Amino acid sequence: MTLLHWATISPFLLAILIPFFYKYFRQVHTGWFVLILPLILFIYFLRFLPTTSNGGVVTYEVPWVPSLGINFTVYLDGLSLLFVLLITGIGTLVVLYSIYYLSKVKEKLNNFYVYLLMFMGAMLGVVLSDNLIVLYAFWEMTSLASSLLISYWYHRKKSTYGAQKSMLITVTGGFAMLGGFALLYLMTGTFSIRGIIDQVALISTDALFIPAMLLVLLGAFTKSAQFPFHIWLPDAMEAPTPVSAYLHSATMVKAGIYLVARLTPVFGGVPEWFWLLSGFGIITLCWGSISAVRQKDLKAILAFSTISQLGLIMCLLGLGSASLYFGYGEEPEKYTTAATLAAIFHLINHATFKGSLFMTAGIIDHETGTRDIRKLGGLMTIMPVTFTISLIGLASMAGLPPFNGFLSKEMFFTGVLKATELSIFNMQTWGFIFPILAWVASVFTFAYCLIMFFKTFTGKFRPENYQVKVHEAPIGMLISPIILGSLVVIFGFFPNILAYTLIEPSVAAILPNLLGEGEKFDIHIYHWHGFNTELFMTLGVIIFGTLIYLTMKSWAKSHFYLQERDPINYLYDGSLEGLARGGQSFTSFYMTGSMRHYLLYIFSFLVLFLGFMFFRLDAVSFSGTESAPISAFEAIVALVMVTAAIVVAVARTRLTAIIGLGAVGYSLATFFVLFRAPDLALTQMVIETISTVLFLLCFYHLPLFKKKFESVPFKLGNLIVSLGVGILVTLLAISSHHSKFFDSLKDFFIGASYDEAGGKNMVNVILVDFRGFDTLFEILVLTIAAIGIYLMIKLRVAKEEQ
Amino acid sequence: MEILISIVVGILFTVGVYLILSRNMTRIIIGTGILSHGVHLLLLTMGGLKQGAPPLLGEKAASYTDPLPQALILTAIVISFGVTSFFLVLAYRAYKAHGTDNMDEMEGAKSDE
Repeated sequence: MTLLHWATISPFLLAILIPFFYKYFRQVHTGWFVLILPLILFIYFLRFLPTTSNGGVVTYEVPWVPSLGINFTVYLDGLSLLFVLLITGIGTLVVLYSIYYLSKVKEKLNNFYVYLLMFMGAMLGVVLSDNLIVLYAFWEMTSLASSLLISYWYHRKKSTYGAQKSMLITVTGGFAMLGGFALLYLMTGTFSIRGIIDQVALISTDALFIPAMLLVLLGAFTKSAQFPFHIWLPDAMEAPTPVSAYLHSATMVKAGIYLVARLTPVFGGVPEWFWLLSGFGIITLCWGSISAVRQKDLKAILAFSTISQLGLIMCLLGLGSASLYFGYGEEPEKYTTAATLAAIFHLINHATFKGSLFMTAGIIDHETGTRDIRKLGGLMTIMPVTFTISLIGLASMAGLPPFNGFLSKEMFFTGVLKATELSIFNMQTWGFIFPILAWVASVFTFAYCLIMFFKTFTGKFRPENYQVKVHEAPIGMLISPIILGSLVVIFGFFPNILAYTLIEPSVAAILPNLLGEGEKFDIHIYHWHGFNTELFMTLGVIIFGTLIYLTMKSWAKSHFYLQERDPINYLYDGSLEGLARGGQSFTSFYMTGSMRHYLLYIFSFLVLFLGFMFFRLDAVSFSGTESAPISAFEAIVALVMVTAAIVVAVARTRLTAIIGLGAVGYSLATFFVLFRAPDLALTQMVIETISTVLFLLCFYHLPLFKKKFESVPFKLGNLIVSLGVGILVTLLAISSHHSKFFDSLKDFFIGASYDEAGGKNMVNVILVDFRGFDTLFEILVLTIAAIGIYLMIKLRVAKEEQ
Repeated sequence: MEILISIVVGILFTVGVYLILSRNMTRIIIGTGILSHGVHLLLLTMGGLKQGAPPLLGEKAASYTDPLPQALILTAIVISFGVTSFFLVLAYRAYKAHGTDNMDEMEGAKSDE
């Protein structure tokens, strides 16, 4: 275990200690103990920055299950480092924010921080693992931690609903992803991502390639809330706001993005990957931004906004994967590489502004008691700091200069415009939809940013809407959003400080093999590109977005605006309920509780299955050789036996049935005599007598039992099934009797009974000598039966029996 | 002979299964009795019938019938006797507790005791 390994799992180790801190240092907010760790980790990981920005990688391996090829391998390159810095950096800020957000008196802080640390460790594991199975293990842990955090206030019904929903959707995807990983293993024989990338040329023509891609994408899409799996994210907003800021905007929802980026070298460069990513991405972008406009809750707007921005990043990654189709240096390839670059840049930008926006939304909630935009208003002068941070965040999200959102949106527009010029993957025919949908989505993005801003901060302040006295948040709560807000501005003005430190190494990690030795991608991020199409698109976005906001009064009463819930939720709820109902009605259809039905199933299966196999294997044989001759006496006994059995079946009184049963037993004893089995005849005779006496005791001497059967209705189904069993057994007996494959052990017993065991009665010698164990346990069976009967008669537990 | 006995065994199985499928507890127990008779007879038949003297070395016969199936049947008889007696007393107790020996009526009786 190297230091890097310890760093990866350190959050888990601290999580073990948290309950003790919580219990023994009650006067100190538990968050302070937690805060140190992400800060140290952030500084620790910053030390790797020079290594990765020069294209270096750090990798260490610790065997875990070496026989299965599962090793805990940490692999740190540009992409991993970017995510690690996001996780630890925003983690630090979120912990700081939560210290002021969560009360140490009212809340169960130990739970909160244990879950949060568990999440942080799992997330670090996801982005640092090179081994797919280890990655999967950490991946599921993030799902678990996320659900625990969503249901943090578990007494609220909505919280548990949201947690269950996110769990079901992300774990379904995670499971599919595991399947995809297994297929990758089948194709390459290794779980290591590096190892798989080395064999890309081999697997891209494999029949399992496309199934593996689909399964992995299912995992990535569910985690990163892509259409139509995005529905869990708005319901996850029931979590405490620090959680929403951390998990549901900056880190966990980007795990899917990370996976897609990480596996782009494996799957990229084929049309399926290109279209799935960019297609679902652009649909998600549009759907999310249009849905965000009609939300009334600040966090719900932010949730749909997150969905739409994740769609944007996914779309850019899809477009960027096309460059794996070309070699480096060709003209179209440069633009698609630029799309990947834009994706990474926007990923960073989104984490900064969305984190700060969630935090300000939390502050507004905390200080006013509501997040409903219909109640809020006029907070500009009362909460000036929150107002400023929100303004910066929203302007960046809307894509206004000079903030970083503007830059990444310009790059996005460039990406989709250049994508239409591609001459591969049917882009000539269908490429035009990208700029159109991108532009529409941006218009709506602009509109919901305006709504969020003006509905919250402008207008008249109405104190009657709030239950508490509204005032600015304490400084501790403001530190984190201020830092994130400053980053938005810094990255906006000086984007190039990121260019070769974080962005270029990430792009190089997503698109390896495109660069020669010592080469680097060109990364220049400008504010001013001249009067080009992108600029006019932005102007159009501003104009139309403003128009939508200004005409809000007229469409605010429309059905579209009033219906807040995503229509796909009805599908989800309906199918979940349908599944439960269907399962229940199916179970109650066959699990009737009647023993007769179960026996019918068992016997029917037996008959059908054995009958089918008989028919399939043509196993029925009737050769009449080797049979013993039939004497008249034996025929008569057989006739008696059959008659007695039929009498039992149709008997109307118990006595008849019991006597019939006795007759069958005595005929059997007669057969034993005829077939040279004296010991059997003896035993059968005695036991039949005792059984009959027992039956008579039970049914005759005990007056509670009625003498007559209750009416015995004739059932055709029973008769058919029992005839089936009878015929089958007959066929089985005859056929197997005529297909003997080897002799019996008879000769051994004849030879050995006297010489080795010293007895002349072979049956008895077998029972007590050759196979004495059978007899031992047969005695045990009788003993247990006797004790059981004794206890049943003696013990009276229920009161009414006493 | 074997074919005849096989048919008899088939009839015993038919009757046994038919009785087991009924609603009446007594008939079910009697059905298991018939069924075990059928199984014992089947075991014996499968070993081959009347192929020599009884398996007693004192007979000094040239050939003997197979002793192994007989030992197996002996064990089976005793075990099925034990199980049947237990079953019988269980049925009697169930009858006393629930006041019925109809299986269908016992379905809802789980919570009574």
